Amino acid sequence: MPARYVARRVVQALFVLWAAFTVSFVILYMLPGDPVSVLAGSDSGRDITPEQLDALRHEYGLDRPVIIQYLTRLADVVHGEFGRSVQSHQPVQTMIADALPATAQIAGLGLLLAVLFGTGLALAATYVSWGWLRQALLSLPPLGVAIPSFWFGLLLLQVFSFRLGLFPAVGNEGLAGVVLPAVTLALPSAATIAQLLAKSMSTTLREPYIETARAKGAGRPRIHFRHAVRNAALPALTVAGLVVGNLLAGSVVTETVFSRTGLGRLTALAVGTQDIPVVQGLVVFAALVFVLINLAVDLVYPLLDPRIARRSAAVS
Amino acid sequence: MSGAEAGNGVENRAGSTAGNRAESRAESRAGNSPGSGAGDEPLLRIRDLVVSYRVGGGPVHAVRSVSLTVRQGETVAIVGESGCGKSTTAHAVAGLQASNAVIGGGEILFGGTDLARLGERRMRAVRGRDIGLIPQDPTVSLNPVKRIGSQVAEVLIVHGLANRRDAAAQAVEALRRAGLPDPETRARQYPHELSGGMRQRVLIAIAVAARPRLIIADEPTSALDVTVQRHILDHIEHLSRETGMGVLLITHDLGIAADRADRVVVMREGRVVEEGVPERLLTDPHEPYTRDLLAAAPSLATERPTLLAVRAARGRAGRARTTGVTGDPFAGRAPAESPAPASGRADDVLMSAHGLVKEYPLPLGRGKTRAVDDVHFAIRRGRTYGLVGESGSGKSTTARLLLRLTDATEGRIVFDGEDITRLRGGRLRSLRRRIQVVYQNPYASLNPRLSVERIIEDPLVSFGLGTRRQRRRRAAELLDVVALPAAVLRRRPAELSGGQRQRVAIARALAVNPELVVCDEPVSALDVSIQAQILDLLVGLQTDLGVSYVFISHDLAVVRQVAHQVGVMRGGRLIEQGDADDVFSRPRQAYTRELLDAIPGHRR
Repeated sequence: MPARYVARRVVQALFVLWAAFTVSFVILYMLPGDPVSVLAGSDSGRDITPEQLDALRHEYGLDRPVIIQYLTRLADVVHGEFGRSVQSHQPVQTMIADALPATAQIAGLGLLLAVLFGTGLALAATYVSWGWLRQALLSLPPLGVAIPSFWFGLLLLQVFSFRLGLFPAVGNEGLAGVVLPAVTLALPSAATIAQLLAKSMSTTLREPYIETARAKGAGRPRIHFRHAVRNAALPALTVAGLVVGNLLAGSVVTETVFSRTGLGRLTALAVGTQDIPVVQGLVVFAALVFVLINLAVDLVYPLLDPRIARRSAAVS
Repeated sequence: MSGAEAGNGVENRAGSTAGNRAESRAESRAGNSPGSGAGDEPLLRIRDLVVSYRVGGGPVHAVRSVSLTVRQGETVAIVGESGCGKSTTAHAVAGLQASNAVIGGGEILFGGTDLARLGERRMRAVRGRDIGLIPQDPTVSLNPVKRIGSQVAEVLIVHGLANRRDAAAQAVEALRRAGLPDPETRARQYPHELSGGMRQRVLIAIAVAARPRLIIADEPTSALDVTVQRHILDHIEHLSRETGMGVLLITHDLGIAADRADRVVVMREGRVVEEGVPERLLTDPHEPYTRDLLAAAPSLATERPTLLAVRAARGRAGRARTTGVTGDPFAGRAPAESPAPASGRADDVLMSAHGLVKEYPLPLGRGKTRAVDDVHFAIRRGRTYGLVGESGSGKSTTARLLLRLTDATEGRIVFDGEDITRLRGGRLRSLRRRIQVVYQNPYASLNPRLSVERIIEDPLVSFGLGTRRQRRRRAAELLDVVALPAAVLRRRPAELSGGQRQRVAIARALAVNPELVVCDEPVSALDVSIQAQILDLLVGLQTDLGVSYVFISHDLAVVRQVAHQVGVMRGGRLIEQGDADDVFSRPRQAYTRELLDAIPGHRR
């Protein structure tokens, strides 16, 4: 793979990270009134003198000009320092690192389920030749997107935990506890994948080269699985970043519903207590995940699509 | 220009050497009597075939009654315009009709089996093995993510004719038989690395790999340049003769049918209207429709007077006078400024190009490629300058330079005495009122959401000309000029046929009374009979309005019909130019001769 192609993608990724940091800085520090009052207000109940406020301002560097604050924080973030939580006074990066494994478990299993069910549904819907069954299958993805995940999570809890007792209802313990949250997380992503891939498959199946394959005497399985799938998967692959981003966003609701600890729960708490350094750390972390996934897709894409691989090879 | 296109140059060169070989083979065609050596029972016998499509508003009858036969070693051409059912017939034979198509009656006897009643599973055993298909557009008919070799080998594997390793070797052999140079290398490449002509050879290799008895060639060359077209058709003919395959050739071009077929079947509205050997059909057509088709086919028009000559003899029609001065149809006309009819100031140069160069940088600073290279020419007032060349020759880039849609790297463009090469801002905008354009594809160049009236008014609106009422009157007037009924004003492009849309595009181009209209392949997307009407309209408008045209086409036969001067482009250079009669009757360059020879329709 040509170095230039990789370099360009990496520069784009860094730009997205910088933009995410900057936008979150502007929104969190500039917009909602006086950040010091927010900070001080979290130590509720006590009267705070103007001197104390000034001391706080000085402590957080908020008495300096905005641009200096921005540049200082940017420099810290570049060095991996996101500051300390106002609530727990722990370093933000430690809190994220602690919360990550629990979320990674449900998001990882959720992604696996989403890809399996999404792809399976899309392929089944485009493969069956009965019109009514195809229509039925194709109406599932929009339904999946429309169902609110908190409701779906509660439904799963009702049926599988309380009535059937198959899975624990709350907590982070054991593998069994991962299943229901992962299923809840997977639903909207599976629906998105199914919708995109089914659309892409039916477009691909109308391409002239599919007729060439039919003219060779190839049967339906060969046409669908040897010719169409790989072509149809290419446009669907570009939304992988979005799908993973949705998994992270979904973890906020899912972890709350299933009373699990994790990034989602941490986000909910930090926002609730206006713990600005934590919120900003989470925003930048989410952007980092998003950017890494997209980077991976960009780097894998040429391996799957010879048109891009050869074009960039010809350029190098 | 991308690396892929730069690669095409190499492939084209390689392709043409192979083509020359095919050409010499084809010259030994004489003495091939139709159906010689064939048994009594024809290879393919279609009897009273009926095919209809189930659509929302009830069935559409695409094929109403078609009967024809193809013998072993025989080439039968089905000719007709789009929608006549020729393609549906061909697809029905291969069992490749669309899923909503129903064979309503008749039979398709192939080697004693009725394919019309064969189930999908048994039909699959026939497809590819006994009947090969060469599709229409090679650029989209190969799977982009699979290697050439495996796409050819697949047909052998599907029918169990070879195991995986043998199939790979046989695929290379099939590519060689299809006339592809260096087949071992090509087999490892992907489709996008090959030129259009080479891809069509790959598709021929796929079609013949299993040594079928019948080949269906569905417009196999309509997407290719004329010189490539000729080599591909030569090669199909060669393979047919060598192996005794029957060929069912689908084409809209009577010239190709006449050149290549032992028998020609003319179809119209789902029926066979006439059938016969080409010699008879061309000289003594029995049916009026065949006569119309013959009259419209530009490639067969070499011996008859051109549209220009016909117009000149007929004189000015006088109907299509429109109002106003150049650039503003609503301004009062100063007597001296009235546009001169073609005869008046014929030698007066309207636009000229001097040493025009357009370079595009190659990626990563690996130098530049010259799309247009040192081009000089002059366009006369009220005349047509025809620009001819194959794809990639630089003719469309030249058009964009003249339209000032892209900037020249070097050279000058002079319009009406003024150097317009570097015009900017307001002066460039007022220049645009004097130069308009008609594009190739009338399906893509009209905004589908606007009514025809709004489309024609659009240039007037964007230049702020006239009042709303004046503009509407102007739109109605222009519709009349391009011979469309007033009812069309309220319609949207989707409700119009291709020919009607191109008339709307012409009306839009004329809305601001331009002095020059650049027509970029204006009839290439249209059926021949429609082509003839549009060309006639363009010539008529020129006589009446005195407008000048730059007429760009890959089709020499079309250019011959309308152009006063002709320039031949190749590789960005203008290799030959002069008066149309001279260039066509006494070409100086070998390449021009090659282009002229490649026009189908005069091999017999």
